[in-house]
Amino acid sequence: MTEPILQVSDLHVTFRARGGVAARAVDGVNLELGKGEIVALVGESGCGKTTLARSMLGLVEPNQGVVSYAGTPLRYATRSLKQHRKHVQLVLQDPMGSLNPRLTVYESVAEGPRTHGMDDEVGRVKRALAQAGLRPPEKFFLRYPHQLSGGQRQRVVIAGALALEPDVLVADEPVSSLDASVRGEILALLLKLREELGLTVLVVTHDLGLAWNIADRIVVMYLGRVVEQGTTEQVLTSPQHPYTQALLSVVPEIKQLEPIVLTGEPPDPTRIPSACRFHPRCQTLASGLADDAGVGEKCRTQDLPVLPPHIEEHRCACWWAAAREAAAQQA
Amino acid sequence: MTLLEIRNLSLTYRTKQAQIPAVRGVSLQVAAGETLGLAGESGCGKSTLASTVLRLYPKSATVTGEVLLDGVDTLTMSWGQLRAVRWRSASVVFQGAMHSLDPLQKIGKQLAEPIMTHFSTYTTSSARKRVRDLLAQVNLPEGIADSYPHQLSGGQKQRVMIALALACDPRLIVADEPTTALDVMVQAQVLDLLSSIVRERGLGLMIISHDLSVLAEQADRVAVMYAGTIVEEGPGSEVFRNPNHPYTRALAGAFPTIGDLESRYAPSGLDGDPPDPAELPDGCAFHPRCPDALPTCTEQTPALLEVGPHRRAACLLLDHAGTATRGMP
Repeated sequence: MTEPILQVSDLHVTFRARGGVAARAVDGVNLELGKGEIVALVGESGCGKTTLARSMLGLVEPNQGVVSYAGTPLRYATRSLKQHRKHVQLVLQDPMGSLNPRLTVYESVAEGPRTHGMDDEVGRVKRALAQAGLRPPEKFFLRYPHQLSGGQRQRVVIAGALALEPDVLVADEPVSSLDASVRGEILALLLKLREELGLTVLVVTHDLGLAWNIADRIVVMYLGRVVEQGTTEQVLTSPQHPYTQALLSVVPEIKQLEPIVLTGEPPDPTRIPSACRFHPRCQTLASGLADDAGVGEKCRTQDLPVLPPHIEEHRCACWWAAAREAAAQQA
Repeated sequence: MTLLEIRNLSLTYRTKQAQIPAVRGVSLQVAAGETLGLAGESGCGKSTLASTVLRLYPKSATVTGEVLLDGVDTLTMSWGQLRAVRWRSASVVFQGAMHSLDPLQKIGKQLAEPIMTHFSTYTTSSARKRVRDLLAQVNLPEGIADSYPHQLSGGQKQRVMIALALACDPRLIVADEPTTALDVMVQAQVLDLLSSIVRERGLGLMIISHDLSVLAEQADRVAVMYAGTIVEEGPGSEVFRNPNHPYTRALAGAFPTIGDLESRYAPSGLDGDPPDPAELPDGCAFHPRCPDALPTCTEQTPALLEVGPHRRAACLLLDHAGTATRGMP
C-alpha cells in the first residue's frame, strides 16, 4: 500500500444539541487515506459521515483524537488551517447552492488562489477549468452559474477546488443533485483527476452504485463508528456486517437479494444505544441468528472495539460476524 | 373505463421572449391498481405533465389534448367541478412537497384541513379520528399529530405527505420524486409503503423520478420522457433491463449493477446536455446526444411505435433496423 496522506485516529466529535444533550456525531473513528486512493464513506443521514469529512478538512475541531496530513498533526490555529485547506479541498453537494450566483465562473474559481495569495491567477484558473473538463476555459470565464447546465456547474465547483492544486479532494455527495445522465461524466472526471494528477479522493455518499463505479475502498459508518471497511469488491460483494447487508439489499438493482428493510427511524446521535449500537435494528439479532451463534447476549450487552485503520484488510465491527469467522477458522 | 387517460397532450409555456413547448403530444394511461413510472431528466416536462392532471399549470400556458379522469376532461371542467375533483378523485404530491408543510401548524391540523374542506360531514373530533387512522396507515405514531414539521425527520415528513395525499380517499395519486432527497433505507421504507397502499386499495399511482432503477422496481409500466415527448414505454423491469431507445439505455447505464465487472471503474453517462425546450433541434430531439444517430435523424421525427409485446419506442434506428436488431447493445 501507498503511504497514508490523510489520517484520522481515535476521533471524537460531540455537539451540544438544544437542551444540553450531547450528540456524539463521530464517536471513535480510525481512518487512513492512502495517496492516490479513492475511498467512499457510506452510511445513512445522521451517521456522522459528513462530520467526519468536515473534521478531516479542519472545519470541525474534534473533542478528542487527531487528524494528520502527511504525518503532521493538524493544529487549529488560523494559519495552519489555511495551509491545511490548500492541501485538502472540499466539493459540495449542490452546485447551485455552493456557487455564488453573482460571481462569474472566473471569479468563483479565482477566489481560492487569491485568498492564498498565489501567483499567475489567470493561468491557474485556466488550468483548473481545463482539468475539470470545461474546454476551452476562456469560453466559460464570463458566464454566470445560471447560464450553465447542472453538470457544468459541478465542474466549476471542482475547478474551484483544483485551482489550489490540492492533494486531497473531499467530495460530499458529488452527484446526488445531478441528473442521471450527468452523473456518469462527473464520476469519470474524478477517476481522470486521480489518474492525471494523482489526487486522493474521499467521497461521502449514501449511493453504493457510485462506490462501485469509482471507489477503491469503502468505509461504512453507523452512528459515529466505522462498522465495516474493506476493498469495494469485498464490502459490496461479500458484506459481513448485518447493517452493510441491509444497505446493499435495498439497492434497487440487486434483484437476487431479499430486501431487508430496516424498521425504525434513522439513527439519532443523541441517543446512541449501549452495547452494539446497531443491535436494536439488527435483523440478524432479531431473527435469532445471533443467539444461535451464541453471541446474542454479547450483542445486547457488550460494546465493540473500535476498528483499527488497517487499509488492506476487510474488517467489520460485529460480534456475530466475528463468531462466524472464528467458527469458519476452526472448521 | 381507465382511471386516467391522457390523450395527445401538449402544453406550451408562454414568456415574453419565447414559446416554450414543455410537453409535446403525450398519451398515457393509468388503470386502477396500476403503478406507472415516468422517468426523465430535469426539464424534460415530467413535472409539467403531472401538473396537467389537476389543471395546476399557470393560466398563461396553452394546452391542447385531453386529460380524462374517470372519463371527464379536467382541462375543460368548471372550476367548481375541478375543486371537487382535487384531493377527492386525485391528489398530487409535488417534488420537495415535504418542505411545503406549514412550519407553524401542527401536523394533525394540516392533515385535517383537506378533510374538513371537502367533507361537510366531518366534525372536528371525527376529523381528528380520521387523522389518527391516516397516520396509522403510513406507519407513523399517533403523537405525530401534535408535532410541528421541524420535529420530524425527512422520511417522516414524506410519510405525512403521503397521508395528506390519502386524506380524502382519492383514486389516483401522482407522486413527483417522492424519495429523491431521502436515504436509501428510508427510500425503501417509503416505496414499500406506497406499493402496499396501491395494492390494498386498488389505487392508481403515477410516480415520477429521474432514477430509472427505482421505477423499474416499483412500477408496472414505465414511460421515459425526453424533451417533452415519450420516447419509450413498456413493463418496468424490461425497459430497465433491455432498453430499446438509446436514451433509455444511457439512463439505465447511469445506475450500475453492483457486482457487474463491466461497470467497475467505468461510470457511464451521456455526453452533452438536454436541449433547451425553446430551441429544440430538428428531427429527433435526441439526435445531438445520440451515440447511434443516423443522418436521417436530423430531419425526421420518429413516432412512438410498437416494437414488441407491450413495448413502444420512438427511434428511427428501430424503424430502420426492424425486429432483427432490436435491443442491440
